[in-house]
Amino acid sequence: MAEPVAAPAPAPDGEPGAVPVLAIAGLDVRYGQSHVLQGVDLVVNRRPLSLIGRNGMGKSTLCNAITGLVPAFGGSIKLYGDELVGLKPHEIARSGIGYVPQGRRVFASLSVEEHLKMVARRGSDGWTIKKVYELFPSLEARRKNGGTQLSGGEQQMLAIARALLLNPRLLIMDEPSEGLAPIVVEHLVKTLHNLASEGVALLVVEQNLGVALSISERIAIMVTGRIALETTALQLAGDEAAQRRYLGVSTHIDTGVAETAKP
Amino acid sequence: MPKALVDFLTVLLNGVTLAALYFVVASGFTLIFGLMRTTNMAHGSLYMLGAYAGVSAYTATGNWIVALVVGFAAVVVVGVVIHLGLLSRMAGQDLRQALVTIGLSIIIADLLLAKYGGLTYQIEPPSFATGSVAIPFVVNGTYSAYRLFMIVVAAAVYAGLWLVLNRTRIGWYIRAGIDDRDMLSALGVNVSRVFLFVFALGAGLAGLSGVIGTTALSISPSEDGRYLLSSLVVVIVGGMGSLSGAVIGALIIGLSEQIGLFYAPTYSIFITFVIMAAVLAVRPQGLLGRPA
Repeated sequence: MAEPVAAPAPAPDGEPGAVPVLAIAGLDVRYGQSHVLQGVDLVVNRRPLSLIGRNGMGKSTLCNAITGLVPAFGGSIKLYGDELVGLKPHEIARSGIGYVPQGRRVFASLSVEEHLKMVARRGSDGWTIKKVYELFPSLEARRKNGGTQLSGGEQQMLAIARALLLNPRLLIMDEPSEGLAPIVVEHLVKTLHNLASEGVALLVVEQNLGVALSISERIAIMVTGRIALETTALQLAGDEAAQRRYLGVSTHIDTGVAETAKP
Repeated sequence: MPKALVDFLTVLLNGVTLAALYFVVASGFTLIFGLMRTTNMAHGSLYMLGAYAGVSAYTATGNWIVALVVGFAAVVVVGVVIHLGLLSRMAGQDLRQALVTIGLSIIIADLLLAKYGGLTYQIEPPSFATGSVAIPFVVNGTYSAYRLFMIVVAAAVYAGLWLVLNRTRIGWYIRAGIDDRDMLSALGVNVSRVFLFVFALGAGLAGLSGVIGTTALSISPSEDGRYLLSSLVVVIVGGMGSLSGAVIGALIIGLSEQIGLFYAPTYSIFITFVIMAAVLAVRPQGLLGRPA
């Protein structure tokens, strides 16, 4: 269940952790007639949070609403207490949200180096191109290559790298493991752990339950435009009934095939 | 040297210098239509607007550089107004943009006719490009210094645009914004402002080329259609959004026009469009265009 900590009480004594990184309350999004997000309540803190759910449940729409790419019909999204609803996408990005979208969406016309130089700010004391290359050495090796000449894993690194150069306070990743080889996913998970330990808050949308469980301790499950359950990775891993009910899958490796379940 | 060869070399040089003018006119169109995919059928009118603004400035000051700057700046302002007031509100709607800009071009042409009448105007070349230069292989052994200077201008415009697009942050924004507008905005870039800049720059280049063309040839009502057409052909033959493609397109159009005029005057325009049709039959994306 959503914790009732969304009350926007900025700590007057400046104590860190009192204000959630991201507090979403009653968020509504509609596309024409369809009500895609129906009163979403979700809180992201310093520790990584994975958002899982089946296809078409509204996970990507939630990412797009947070980043301002689709308009919110109602509700509130606050980053460290500051309202984001109503801001333009570039203002939201500048206020501290880095976005790694589904399908990476690297720019076909730009080389790796141009991607990074474009986003990097001079004289910033956070993420620099040098630091990003240290995190992803294979990007430096391919810095003259065009965005779409990279492998899927390299494109994912580039999408993360360019988002990091914004020095985000929160990194939102939509399906980062999609289409990547298992060994690449392993490296990705390790990278995300490193980022989390460096203080970057993470909201990761995943279809792959195994990846979600290995990224974060906290898991939120989305069903038809609502947060149906918030739990811990440990609990969910052991609760096959919940897995079947909310996700229609089971992590039980022996079954091999994902089962679908009627709600 | 045999006369036929001298004639031919002269025609070639005429073709190249005309191509230089066509390239400068089309360079703005490459940005607006080729890269940004905004259907601006008023590009010829922006050329004409720059030309007449330049004529007024030249009449007032007698200074060619001032005329050039005024031609550029006046059309930048008009471009900003057109983009903010009309075209940015219909992004991605080709047909609507085409109709609105055709309407605009009629209005601009009539306003200019009301103000300047049906006369033909010319601007005198700047002092550093007046008279003629001795070139042994052309007719009479001399050639207009200003027409040679146009090649320099075209080269400068090419180099300037290439540097902006490939070596500056705004250039990366432009290319990325054309690839994926939403993603670029999610990286903290105000894409509307980037596209406004592109439109204003493209319009300004049309105005600048108006002054350059009026100095080389002249300006009179109905020139707008000619330059819109040449720009369309240059950008389509060269390949949408390719700067080098626009150079090649301009050379093909300029040379074929001059060669046609000299050797087969009746078929001159016909030749230009046969070339365009042939290129599109073989490479629908244009010579240097990326496949859609």
